[in-house]
Amino acid sequence: MSQTITLKIDGVEIKAQPGQKVIEAADAAGVYIPRLCHKPGLEPFGSCRLCTVLANGRPCSACTTPVVEGMVVENETESLQNFRKQIIEMLFVEGNHFCMFCEKSGNCELQAVAYRFGITAPTFPYQWPHREVDASHPDILIDHNRCILCGRCVRTSRDLDGKHVFDFVGRGCEKKIGVNADSRLADTNADISDQALDACPVGALLRKQTAYQTPIGQRLYDLEPIGSEIESTGNTN
Amino acid sequence: MVATTNKTRRVVIEPVTRVEGHGKVTILLDEDNKVQQARLHIVEFRGFERFIQGRPFWEMPVAVQRLCGICPVSHHLCAAKAVDWLVGGEQLTPTAEKIRRLMHYGQMFQSHSLHFFHLCSPDLLFGFDADPSIRNILSVAAKFPELGKQGILMRKYGQEIIQATAGKKIHGTGAIPGGVNKNLSLAERDALLKDLDQMIEWSRGAVKIAKDYTVEHLEMAKTFGSFDSNHLSIIRADGAMDLYHGGLRAIDKDGNNIFDHVDNQNYLDYLAEEVRDWSYMKFPFIKSIGPEDGWYRVGPLARLNTCDFIDTPEAEAARQEFMAVTDNKPNNLTLAYHWARMIEVLHSIEKIDQLLHDSDLQGTDLVVRGERRQEGIGILEAPRGTLFHHYRIDENDQVTMCNLIVSTTSNNEPMNRAVQRVAEEYISEQMEITEGMLNRVEVAIRAYDPCLSCATHAMGKMPLEITLVDAEGKVLDKRSKSA
Repeated sequence: MSQTITLKIDGVEIKAQPGQKVIEAADAAGVYIPRLCHKPGLEPFGSCRLCTVLANGRPCSACTTPVVEGMVVENETESLQNFRKQIIEMLFVEGNHFCMFCEKSGNCELQAVAYRFGITAPTFPYQWPHREVDASHPDILIDHNRCILCGRCVRTSRDLDGKHVFDFVGRGCEKKIGVNADSRLADTNADISDQALDACPVGALLRKQTAYQTPIGQRLYDLEPIGSEIESTGNTN
Repeated sequence: MVATTNKTRRVVIEPVTRVEGHGKVTILLDEDNKVQQARLHIVEFRGFERFIQGRPFWEMPVAVQRLCGICPVSHHLCAAKAVDWLVGGEQLTPTAEKIRRLMHYGQMFQSHSLHFFHLCSPDLLFGFDADPSIRNILSVAAKFPELGKQGILMRKYGQEIIQATAGKKIHGTGAIPGGVNKNLSLAERDALLKDLDQMIEWSRGAVKIAKDYTVEHLEMAKTFGSFDSNHLSIIRADGAMDLYHGGLRAIDKDGNNIFDHVDNQNYLDYLAEEVRDWSYMKFPFIKSIGPEDGWYRVGPLARLNTCDFIDTPEAEAARQEFMAVTDNKPNNLTLAYHWARMIEVLHSIEKIDQLLHDSDLQGTDLVVRGERRQEGIGILEAPRGTLFHHYRIDENDQVTMCNLIVSTTSNNEPMNRAVQRVAEEYISEQMEITEGMLNRVEVAIRAYDPCLSCATHAMGKMPLEITLVDAEGKVLDKRSKSA
């Protein structure tokens, strides 16, 4: 498996390993492709569509599409960036995202991609759905208002924690994260040490009473935009 | 402007600018054009008490502060004090308490400076009857450039203190349950020390301006929107002014204690709120006196009246001069709020001076936790007066009840009285409404610095309309100004 694949992203030639997904090859090469449902170490999911690129002219999610020799990938085109902006805006309006007092602010990937794309306010109408907060667990809280249904908690609990605490229930706009109990998180075997709690990209799944402990200015995305960690460490050769 | 009936006429000022949200004044005149009744109506942010229900309690200091853009630190810290009780962390570490106090004094310094220089100085410098086109901070800056500069830079300095302690100049996150999330680095301290001497000097100058104005206009001030009242504030155990923490003290118009050193957690045993059908604001009152006469004033004037002394030397000297004007009896002059406010600016900068030289601010012991409780009450002195935050939570840490008494609510009745007095003195028996007349009503309200006054103000250009209508609905006179 030492064969190296060569492909181009936005005209720049990069090397990749067979079996890699486009987003993995891009990361390794220092090219940032926006994403929310993708998390290294988790099975690809392809649900948020934020990583949509044109691969040999066809739109596809970079997190699920494997690299092939000679592939030509378009990433930062104007139309793709506009498409991604619209996805981000739709995520904001279909939930109840109040960044101004959300404890994930500054560490939130949804907020961070919105800042990166220069989104100051959504252009779509807010849906203001009625959603619940499940604070029944002594150490963990689920705020469904902020859930973007990325499924990272589902995959992490199932594949890394070996628990399967979370899963999707319902369909369409009624779809939400459920727990493996009749109704409450308190009745599951979720634990404060579960890796699933660190998988949530937004402020939906939280450890209780840890809010705001990191001062403004020292939070993850206070100084550098999301993706800069990939762009600064990657190697395009 | 509202049509009236039965030989009465109603004068309406709507909206009153430089006050919280949209307010209006209604003045009812009888057939002889004498003022029968004058009322100030303000739409408040009552929604917060409802829509934070169900939220986790640790969000309160960050969420509830959003009800204000000018003194959010007051709500941030007051909610934090209440939440401290919920986590059993009310006995803060020295570093945490001093960081919070520094934030609070920075807030007091910037808010008072903004009010005095930006909003009120045009009235004081140019006169109540001056051309409205020059009654704004830009004209102050043009005619008195040094004063204009001081106002801007003093506010900036206060906000820099807030940024250093809360992370942002507006709506920071510094106070967390049981403490703070950062100390003050040496670099941050040194940056603030750089301009400290200048700020102290300018604060002295501001006290002098306010004092000179009040003394020079004392005869006018004795009647201008003035009346006897009770006064309320928190007070330190030894009777010193304390803007961050202390027991509740209420005094009557002569300075006699109504109650003293009341534990914050027991405030409901001493205070109650009345609802009136013509206003969205509640009317708080002292229970033992009752709703009719139990109303009280809060804010700088009340604090100067309730305290036995100020524990910083220059502000204490200024306080003694202030009290001498009323023979050491409580000062009940509405226009004296300005002088009292500037004495607090001087006190705040003296406190900032002390704190910046205190090495506890570089400590690393930031948070304490103790026995969990399901109810917490925080009270502090916001720039505009005593502020109450009261929360109850369930076993899941979610808020089930929230009660906020903001300073402007406590000053509701006094502001109404002030409007009534000014209306009686300047509008009664007048057939023509002058611009100066309109402004006098606002000057009286503005002396109290109602909360959010700054958020909606239009730099001295007030969108305001008064219509005088006779008993038959005929418009006698109409004056308006647009923003």
